[in-house]
This record gives sequence, structure tokens and C-alpha cells, in this order.
Amino acid sequence: MKTKRPAIPYLGWMLVFTIVPLVMVVYYAFTDSKGHFSLESFRNASVYSEVFLYSLLIALISTAICLVLAYPLAFSISRCSQRAQSMIIMFLMVPMWMNFLLRIYAWVLILQNYGPLDMILNFFGVDITLIGNSGAVIVGMVYEFLPFMILPLHTVMSKIDRSWIEAAQDLGCNGFQIFRKIIFPLSIPGIISGVTMVFVPTASTFLVAQYLGGTQFMIGDVIERVFQSDHHTGSAIAVVLMVVILGFLVVMNRFGDEEAVG
Amino acid sequence: MKRFFSLILALLLMLGTVCLSACGNSGGATADEYDGGYQGEVNVYNWGEYISPGDDGTMDVIDEFQKRTHIKVNYTNFETNEELYNVLTNSNSTYDVIIPSDYMIARLREEGLLEKLDYSNIPNYKYISDRFKGMPYDPTDEYSVAYTWGVVALAYNTDMIEEGSIKGFKDLWSADYKDKGVLMFNNSRDAMAIAMQLCDPPIDPGANTFTREDIDRATDKLIEQKSVLKKYVMDQVFTEMEGGQSGLAPYYAGDIMTMMDNNEALSYCLPEEGSNLFVDAMCIPSTCKNKENAEIFINFMCDPEIAAANAEYICYGTPNTGALELLDEEMLESELFNPPEEYLDKCYTFTNLDDDIYAYMQKRFVEACSASAEVSSVEKRTVNPAAVWGVGIILLVIIIATVVIIILDIRRAIQNRGRIHKR
Repeated sequence: MKTKRPAIPYLGWMLVFTIVPLVMVVYYAFTDSKGHFSLESFRNASVYSEVFLYSLLIALISTAICLVLAYPLAFSISRCSQRAQSMIIMFLMVPMWMNFLLRIYAWVLILQNYGPLDMILNFFGVDITLIGNSGAVIVGMVYEFLPFMILPLHTVMSKIDRSWIEAAQDLGCNGFQIFRKIIFPLSIPGIISGVTMVFVPTASTFLVAQYLGGTQFMIGDVIERVFQSDHHTGSAIAVVLMVVILGFLVVMNRFGDEEAVG
Repeated sequence: MKRFFSLILALLLMLGTVCLSACGNSGGATADEYDGGYQGEVNVYNWGEYISPGDDGTMDVIDEFQKRTHIKVNYTNFETNEELYNVLTNSNSTYDVIIPSDYMIARLREEGLLEKLDYSNIPNYKYISDRFKGMPYDPTDEYSVAYTWGVVALAYNTDMIEEGSIKGFKDLWSADYKDKGVLMFNNSRDAMAIAMQLCDPPIDPGANTFTREDIDRATDKLIEQKSVLKKYVMDQVFTEMEGGQSGLAPYYAGDIMTMMDNNEALSYCLPEEGSNLFVDAMCIPSTCKNKENAEIFINFMCDPEIAAANAEYICYGTPNTGALELLDEEMLESELFNPPEEYLDKCYTFTNLDDDIYAYMQKRFVEACSASAEVSSVEKRTVNPAAVWGVGIILLVIIIATVVIIILDIRRAIQNRGRIHKR
């Protein structure tokens, strides 16, 4: 028991700031304004189903794009010298030192009508609106959460022993076979933590859609606004979102375990 | 100034106000050098940027008050009427002068949270125009002294939309302006009021008698607008309109003046349907501790010179007839600052709604905001059964998968334990 003592401050923190709020949200979700048990708030929340599905879709697409972008990048970083690696990682982190809202606002300026990108496209005769649609929201999300995909991937990839790749080459594997037999299986834990670290916040984030999107909200925005007037419905949406994310995590972890065992 | 900030922006601005109040305090420190020191204090709770601050050659109204009366002013800001209400009802902090909006004054008055004013201590009350006496929120003129007022108007960009072609709120629903970028209020009260005026037959947004059915009709109207709408905005309206990103938006007249100063292509229109006349007025809460000083402060704010300085800075209308004589001709000529009397007769003022109705209004507004834009005007529905089923199925699949995985894990753990024991 002695070894657990240093964890006490954290356990206290967790009790006050994790368990208690969680219980409160669940309590609110299953009660009405008089404090009786009721599923009314879930019925109210069903109005936002479409927004919910839209948010999950946006989150899925953003996560997929992040993965496709981050995977080759993380691999090439992990093959650089130690010094170059820490340098590149630092440059990846620099944007994250800036305020989240400021970075989204920068995207508004880039994508807006008569903005730099719009001007360049107009010059080439392409006349499209870049902002106020789902595409702009996805761009914002990918930009916002890409480092969270790169970092875990880089961590696992830099741990892959170079001699294994060399051994595979000696035994006559081509590039694709090396990837399939060695790099991919060994990087799965990184993929899983990367995907969770991107999917979870993109599904529940707010403000990005309000700034980059048009009239279509995301579920995070809806929760924020509903909560202002109705704690019960807001909590019900939050509970549904939590269940979906929790299930997603469990499935992802299971998938990872099996791959690792196999 | 009824601006609703989203959570993050509010936090950022809170930082801003902390900085501002820090500056204010340092100003107060130098003011301590008055000969007799301060004789008492007054705690003022006002909207942000709602008093002349004393930079860029404007008058520092608070400093002026301290100099003249030797009463120390503790000045703090709030962002929304609801925040003011929560602070007054839930916290121990005591304020002596508050400046809420019309409907909030009605609510505070009905709940007995306001103190009656002693108008004999406020001689400058004589300058207040008769139009702003006996308002619906304070019909007997016992609790409030009007501070500023304004109307909701339309701003549009003449580079995109021909000057003079915008006539009223109905143009916000017109497909002609779809490509120009139409914006709408992102708060339930203002957006619903505009929709209500356009319903057939129109509903009076200033009444406190409307029912859930009326709100439903306004919601349908808002959903109908979604096919031409670019965005719901509050403070973003400044960048959207000043930067020429959007062509048409309803907003508060004083703020439209600010936008027009920053972009010459912008023009305005007073909607032919009539619009919301809002009034912010000074009141004394029943928890106040320095009632006399509060009345001295209110009287000071009604001084024509001071009222003119404030009006010049805030760009909102002033109810003070004395101040009107001191203001620039140019400012008075602007219909935004000083709409014609006949127009004001067409306007309505918000009154306090039942909690129940107000909550329902907010709920329906969020539903309208999250409704799909592709919904045809024939089937105006906010619930899409297919989507409900979709979420239900996803939930079910996820719960089953989770349960199966947990069971499998437990079985594996039990098996592994068995193996270890055998060894």
C-alpha cells in the first residue's frame, strides 16, 4: 500500500474533477427539471441526431486524412538523425503554443473571399467559395489535430529497431514487404493512440464549425448552446456522445491487442 | 450592446477586462491625491465599453465624477443581462448602480430586486425625453432612468447590393441575396423577434402574451430562411461586414455606425416593418449599500455634458434632450443614431417573458440553427427520423460490441489465471 501514497493527490483531483462531474452529467441526463427520473431529455435530444451524425462523419474524415498525412511523415522523421528529429518535432509543436482560437481565425483569413487562397484560385480562373462549408471545417480540424497524430506515431516508429529492417532486406524483402511485415504491425499501437487522440476531440470540439462552417452546426456547438438554457437535454447529448466515444475506445483497444498478439 | 459571446471568447474578454480593471485601479491610485480623500464610494456594474473611457481625446467620465464629487467609483463590467441577473441573485457582491436592458429591468422589478429611486435627488432627470418615461418595463417611472437606446437595423454592402434596394427584414429571406451572404442574429430573442414580425399574420414580439404555437411558427420561419442564409453571427458580424465577406445583416444601429466608419461601402436601412427599440437604463438594486451615492452618480450621468460625451463614444442613442443640443450636427442627422420619431412609433420594446416560454424559445432556436438547410419549405421539420434511427443503431452496435469485448476479456483473464495456477 505504501507505493500508492504518492498517487493520493491525483486520486483526490480525479474524484473532484472527473468522477463528480461525470455523475452530475449522468444525473442531469436522466432527470427532469423537478428531479424525477425521466427519459424526456433524451427524447428532446433526438432532435439533434442529424447534427450528431454529421459530427461523427466530419470526425471520421478528419481522422482518416490526419492518418494518411501523418503516417509517411512520422516514418521519415523517425529515420532522421536524433538531432534532426527533435528539431522537426519542435517545429511541429510550435503552432500549438499559439491560442487555439487564433489559429482557427487565421484559417478564416486564409480561406475567406478575396483572401490569399481565393485570389490565387481566381487568378487561374477557378471561382469557388472556400469558406462556409464542410470542407473548410475538415481543413481546420486536420490542421488543429495533426500534431496529435504525428507524435504517437513518431514515438512508436522511432522505437523500431533498424537492424530488423536491415535483416529483412538481407533476407530479400522488397520495400512493400518490409512495410507489411515489420513497420505496420509494430506501429499499430501508435496508430491507435493517434486515431483516438484525433477522433475524440474532433467529434466533440466546438467553435471550429462556427467560424469555418456555414449554418451547419456540430454537436459540440449544440451542447454549448443547449446547455445555456436546458441542462438536462445538454447532459443527455453529452451522455450519448460519451457512450459513443467510450465504445469507440474499447473497440480500438481490442483491435490493437489482437493485432499485437497476432 | 446585447452581445452574446461564446464561451472561449468570453474567457478571452474576461482576461481583457481584468487588464482593463487593473488599468482602472492604477488610475484610481493617482486620484487618491485629492485633498480631502474620498468621501464614500459607489459600485457601478455596466456593459463593457459602455462609458466614455478618456482616451483619444474623449472625456474620462469616471475620473470626472471622482474629481467633482470625491466619491470613489468601483467600476465592473458584465457581458449579458443573464450574467448580471446571476450575479445579483447568487453572489454576495453588492452593486449600487446597474445598467440592465429593458426586459431584464422588468424581470428584476417584478422579482423585487430593484430599489425605488428618489427622483428629488436626481434633478437632471428633467432632461430625459418623455419618450423614455413610462416605458413598459417601468410603467410608473419609479425604478429606472434611461441611459442609452437604439434600434435594430439592417446593414448592407453597396458594392454587392444596389443602394436603396433593401427595404426591410423580408429581404433577409429573399433568394435574390443568397449569393451575397446573408447573416442573421445568433441569439434567440433577436432572431425570433424578426421571424415573428414576418409571420403571417405577424406576431407582436414586444408582447409578453405569445404562446408556444407562436414560437413554433417563428421557428418554421427561421428554418425557411436557412436555404438563403450564410451564417448565424453575433460579434463576428463586424469582421464579416467590414471585410466585405457578407452583404446583408441585421444588427444594432449603434454598431452599424461603427461598421460604416470602417467600411465606406456599407449602407443601412431602417426596416419598413418596424424593429426592436431597446433601452438600457440605470437602476439601483435592492442590495445596494450606498443609495445616496448611487443617486448622485445617476444624476451625474444625466448631466447633458456627460451624457453627450458618453453618446459620442458609444454611438448609441441618448435619451437626454440636453445632450442632443451639444452633439455634432452630423451625428444627429444620422438616422441610425437618431431615427425619426415616426419610425420609433412603429417599434416595439421587449418585455419580460415567463421562464418557461423563454426556455422554450431558446430551445426552438437551437433546433432551428441545427436543422438541415436542405429541408424543403413544404415539410418544415426539425427531426429527421432516419437520423434518429442512425444514431440509435450506432449506439446499439457500440454497446453490444463493448459488452462482447468486455466479456471476452474477462474470460481470457480467467483462463490465464487458471493456467498460472496449474503451473
